[in-house]
Amino acid sequence: MSDHEYTPKSKFGKWFNDRLPLLTLSNHLTEYPTPKNLNYWWTFGGILTFCLITQIVTGLILAMHYVASADLAFGSVEHIMRDVNYGWLMRYVHANGASMFFLAVYIHIFRALYYGSYKAPREMIWIIGMIIYFLMMATAFMGYVLPWGQMSFWGATVITNLFSAIPFVGESITNWLWGGYAVDNPTLTRFYSLHYLFPFLIFGLVILHIWALHVPGNNNPIGIDIKKPSKDTVPFHPYIVIKDLFALLIFLIIFAFFVFYSPNILGHADNYIEANPLVTPAHIVPEWYLLPFYAILRSVPDKLFGVIAMFAAIFVLVILPWLDTSKVRSAIFRPLYKQFYWFLVADVLILGYVGAMPAEGLYLLVARVATAYYFLHFLVILPILGAKEKTLDVPLSLTEPILGGVPNEAILRKKKEI
Amino acid sequence: MKNFLKYILFSIFLFYNFNSVAAEQSNKLLDPGWTFKGFFGKFDRAQLQRGYQVYTEVCAACHSMKYLSYRNLSQPGGPEFSEQQAKIIASQFEVTDGPNSEGEMFTRPGRLSDKFVSPYPNDQAATAANGGAYPPDMSVLVKARKGGADYVYSVLMGYEDPPSGIILDDGVYYNKYMAGNKIKMSKPLMEGAVEYLDGTITSEEQMAKDVVAFLAWAAEPHLEARHKIGFRAIIYLLIITVLVYFSMKKLWSRIETKV
Repeated sequence: MSDHEYTPKSKFGKWFNDRLPLLTLSNHLTEYPTPKNLNYWWTFGGILTFCLITQIVTGLILAMHYVASADLAFGSVEHIMRDVNYGWLMRYVHANGASMFFLAVYIHIFRALYYGSYKAPREMIWIIGMIIYFLMMATAFMGYVLPWGQMSFWGATVITNLFSAIPFVGESITNWLWGGYAVDNPTLTRFYSLHYLFPFLIFGLVILHIWALHVPGNNNPIGIDIKKPSKDTVPFHPYIVIKDLFALLIFLIIFAFFVFYSPNILGHADNYIEANPLVTPAHIVPEWYLLPFYAILRSVPDKLFGVIAMFAAIFVLVILPWLDTSKVRSAIFRPLYKQFYWFLVADVLILGYVGAMPAEGLYLLVARVATAYYFLHFLVILPILGAKEKTLDVPLSLTEPILGGVPNEAILRKKKEI
Repeated sequence: MKNFLKYILFSIFLFYNFNSVAAEQSNKLLDPGWTFKGFFGKFDRAQLQRGYQVYTEVCAACHSMKYLSYRNLSQPGGPEFSEQQAKIIASQFEVTDGPNSEGEMFTRPGRLSDKFVSPYPNDQAATAANGGAYPPDMSVLVKARKGGADYVYSVLMGYEDPPSGIILDDGVYYNKYMAGNKIKMSKPLMEGAVEYLDGTITSEEQMAKDVVAFLAWAAEPHLEARHKIGFRAIIYLLIITVLVYFSMKKLWSRIETKV
């Protein structure tokens, strides 16, 4: 890290810092030079950190009252909702918190896609982020199983059954995952154990994610390298801290509306029916944040290839820094990429929509086209754009005039409006 | 800033849509107007007390409510029977307890701390006694059905003679709102099925509305507290957001970039 040398003022501080440089770290975090032109899409990193901590804290409290047992889990959740002081609040914050977490992470990911934040030298930030995203999905899926309602049980059955598509060893793997020959008590207890573990893995990865971020520093809407510290940067504290706080508060207001006024709207009514292996619900639908992948899975007629397509959909994101070969980061200076970016956003929304619908007729056809386009975007369009696209002139800095000597901030603002 | 809010609102809109897309209800559900909906929604105590009466005199013959305790009846935010009344209600039920020091099970009158006594000893007995259809536990019934209170109310009001051409088996009834239009529960509420202590007329609609309000409370016993705390929390958040906004503006006025 290219920080200037920091020495604590007090004698004790110096003694302490020589042995454990915590004060250097905190100084680095407060002084951290941040591009001053970051827009509100950049506030979701802070929001996500808040979400993770909220999930861990509410989860810890729920774990004190929850019983991981096929016979008692459903009842223990009702016990939390009825008898535990503010148990209903903890559970609704935790359940809706998962949705808010995913809402924020999707905005965070699409921001990175728009502004090319995954490109050199930030590939590691992106890859760690994708691992976090993958772990988040696994954690959320296992968490949804814990209340042991009908959707919990049948969702778990559908997803774990995917592994049986693996040739030769599929069935043994599925039995190993279940701890038996069907989803049952052993499945519930191991999911509980892993659901407790994964958030801490995510926490560790978040530290690495931020560490990797602090090496090259933030990307920014213009996508140019910024000298730091310089006139183009502001210290993280207090400027970015207060801006992140403001955005977080707005996020919290929306969060509060869900928790207090429609806490069950994002869930599924069937999950208030206790799990029953003998009764299959009419539609087995995963939580909304998994729907695009569910649509990809179902759009392939073959089970094995469906599973491969689903995992490939995540894997193409991991290798994205090498698929997008354009040297220009921000979509602001990439007129064609900008168009295709919005096509991709629409494509993912469509996938989410058809994922919630029965896989038949027109829905299935739309799902197949959208799945094909998803892969087309990453595997064909991006490499071609990288080679062929005529990009606009990129300014040298935020404050220095570009080409014709015009102060570029005005231009940039105008460009953004177009 | 403006754009940011626009996007946020747009995504919320999408959120709500994602959830309603699965709706394929052919019949529009009846909504008799609930007191517990909306930002300041509260339960009507008298209605919950009447609803409890309908539940216990009609529904409880077949439907259990195993997650509720008699003490809940006197809890704030519910029917709010007095503790004395709740004690009397509880004592009218026979609870199996034990084993005692001789190792024998015994029955005793119910106490406030007891769970609602179930009509059948187990689910299998309940299923067998009802022609092979398990009468669902009613503790969270309202939350366990798409459409919630409206749906349960509609089913109660949805009994009709089957349209010509549809022949029903014995013990199967036609219901306009039930999935597949077939229900194994006979029409439960007949005019005058109960006699309300407060003199409210016992029309079918009135009883259905009262009992569904009671079930809605049973499924969400802390709804009133949730609405109240939510309102305060959001007001608090709004105020602090405004304060933080102006602090941010002040701070950033030193930088020539806008926030």
